[in-house]
Amino acid sequence: MSGHLRVHNLGKAYRDWGSEWRRMVSWLFPGIAPRKAHWVLQEVSFTVRPGEAVGIVGQNGAGKSTLLKLITGTTHASQGKIESAGQVAAILELGMGFNPDLTGRQNVRHAAGLMGHSPQEIEQAMPGIEAFAEIGEYFDQPVRTYSSGMQMRVTFSVATAFYPDLLIVDEALSVGDTYFQHKSFERIREFQQRGCSLLIVSHDRAAVQALCDRVILLDQGRVLKDGNPEEVMDFYNALIAEKENQKRVVLQHSSGKLQTVSGSGEAILKRVELLNIAGQPLEFAGVGQAVQLLIEAEINRDIPQLVMGYMIKDRLGQTVFGTNTWFTGQVVSDIKAASRIEYRVAFPMNLGPGSYSIAVALHAHATHITENYEWRDLACVFQVTNHDQNDFVGSTWMTPVIEISEINQSVGQAQTKPALRAG
Amino acid sequence: MKAMLLAAWRYRFFILSSIKTELYSKFVRSRLGGLWLILNPLAQVVIFAFVLSSVLSARLPGINNHYAYAIYLMSGTLGWSLFSEIVNRCLTLFIDNGNILKKLVFPKIALPLIVTGSALVNNLLLFAAILAIFGLLGHVPGSALIFLPLLTVLTIGLALGLGLVLGVLNVFMRDIGQVVPVVMQFLFWLTPIVYTADIIPGEYRDLLKLNPLVPIIAGYQNTLLYDRAPDWVALGWIALLSLLLLVFSLLLLRKAAPDMVDQL
Repeated sequence: MSGHLRVHNLGKAYRDWGSEWRRMVSWLFPGIAPRKAHWVLQEVSFTVRPGEAVGIVGQNGAGKSTLLKLITGTTHASQGKIESAGQVAAILELGMGFNPDLTGRQNVRHAAGLMGHSPQEIEQAMPGIEAFAEIGEYFDQPVRTYSSGMQMRVTFSVATAFYPDLLIVDEALSVGDTYFQHKSFERIREFQQRGCSLLIVSHDRAAVQALCDRVILLDQGRVLKDGNPEEVMDFYNALIAEKENQKRVVLQHSSGKLQTVSGSGEAILKRVELLNIAGQPLEFAGVGQAVQLLIEAEINRDIPQLVMGYMIKDRLGQTVFGTNTWFTGQVVSDIKAASRIEYRVAFPMNLGPGSYSIAVALHAHATHITENYEWRDLACVFQVTNHDQNDFVGSTWMTPVIEISEINQSVGQAQTKPALRAG
Repeated sequence: MKAMLLAAWRYRFFILSSIKTELYSKFVRSRLGGLWLILNPLAQVVIFAFVLSSVLSARLPGINNHYAYAIYLMSGTLGWSLFSEIVNRCLTLFIDNGNILKKLVFPKIALPLIVTGSALVNNLLLFAAILAIFGLLGHVPGSALIFLPLLTVLTIGLALGLGLVLGVLNVFMRDIGQVVPVVMQFLFWLTPIVYTADIIPGEYRDLLKLNPLVPIIAGYQNTLLYDRAPDWVALGWIALLSLLLLVFSLLLLRKAAPDMVDQL
């Protein structure tokens, strides 16, 4: 049995009945209409196939958490239906209603019981839960003495102690320290490999792209986009930029991926090209090769300042490197309409072999969130190949110098003599 | 209804362990611990015994024990404390557990069952304490004691039915949570617990028949003090009323459940 979820035309309304009496009458006679209905989710349909990992993104208030609660079953849909098969486990928000006076262990027992597990199952899973939470002797201390991170550790450990068919995670990954984040990430990946379906709400782009096969973008309670993580995240990125005076275009890029271009248009990108040192366009760059990125901006209206930023992304859309001229202290000020600005960014291509893309943006301040003139994803696509370096794995070329020496232990002092040297 | 009961059965271990942890957590940070379970109702008995028996110098007809009034008081208190504990806990049951209701999916029926279980344990402890005090006072309850379990079941049924209806409605109209404690005060004084029914003037005595608690409390007094069987006819009506209330409360719970979580 594995997790399978079908959501059909789902809607959730918070209803204002005017009076509570009216509400109560409506329990008896379903025909009675509420005074006002405030729809927080409408016409949401999607399917999660067994073993698939789906991310849900959207701005605050887009309905993400409501959707997860509906699927978990803690709240009821006003419309539509949810079909799911298999055991569903959910980590919604922080905590599981832990009792502060009980110890971690007792709370775990309670929470696991609430999830419907028998005492035997719980006792069997207990050592694993304790080990995974790694909070030491605190496990037998009252929860009121816990830090929020420790509570989160215990919560996550219980929720994932029993292998579910569908795991629902709401923002829980971003809590806790980096160590535990990695650990919980590992566990989710492990579940995924065992065929568990995932439904994740997160604002962490990297996490979503690393885990999900598909991303659904919710906006004002509706599904705005449903597709490949990179495309949807690019679109979302454009969506969260300043809303007014913005146009947003999604183009079919020659690589087959969908490209999002957004911005208010005061400045636009005329040319984005990757060149070699001699100024010839490159489509294939060698590992470590010196290259330059040429960016030409055309100014359509007088603007007080202009910042150019670029971001190199790998095949999965993970950012490998990015910066902008705000951070480098090269903001251009008071530009008149019709002028053109050329940027040349020189850098060594210290990336691992693979396919990469560059997103370029023109904006006024440190980020594109306010006054975004133009943001262009997939502005330039190139391949990195390795023809003159030693073999290596990974996405970064970090020129290694390895020294190997033999340590002679029979002599009192450790003597080292260089045996091999490579670089 | 059947699904509800089946769900409760699946969660039986959880319900049992919750009752345990609830009793434990209530007293984990107090010195006297579980003793408070019985000290509270007993303190009430002592107060009434002191104030009323000396002020009113109450003597009960037909009972040849100097402490008859104290025994009468304790018998009524045993029933009342069970009733009021369940009603009061059910009243805020869903509000108090809003946190887990919003985060986890589990049969809601488990919550009132946990309350009932822990109230029952409290009541048993109180009963044991009362028996011990009876012994000290030289009163040994007779064979009518065998009716006590039945009375307990009836009390629980009535309290649970009433409490659940109020508890569900309280989620939507929080005024109920404020009104009920006041009504419970009235109910306490309108039930012959600290006084006997025969001190009520004759013309008002019929009004007592409107109070469903009267036959139950009288039953407690009959079994514990007078060693008599309870009034079965009156209790039959109460049983019917409790059953209707229980069925109604479960239907209400089912109808209101989808709306409820949104109001917590």
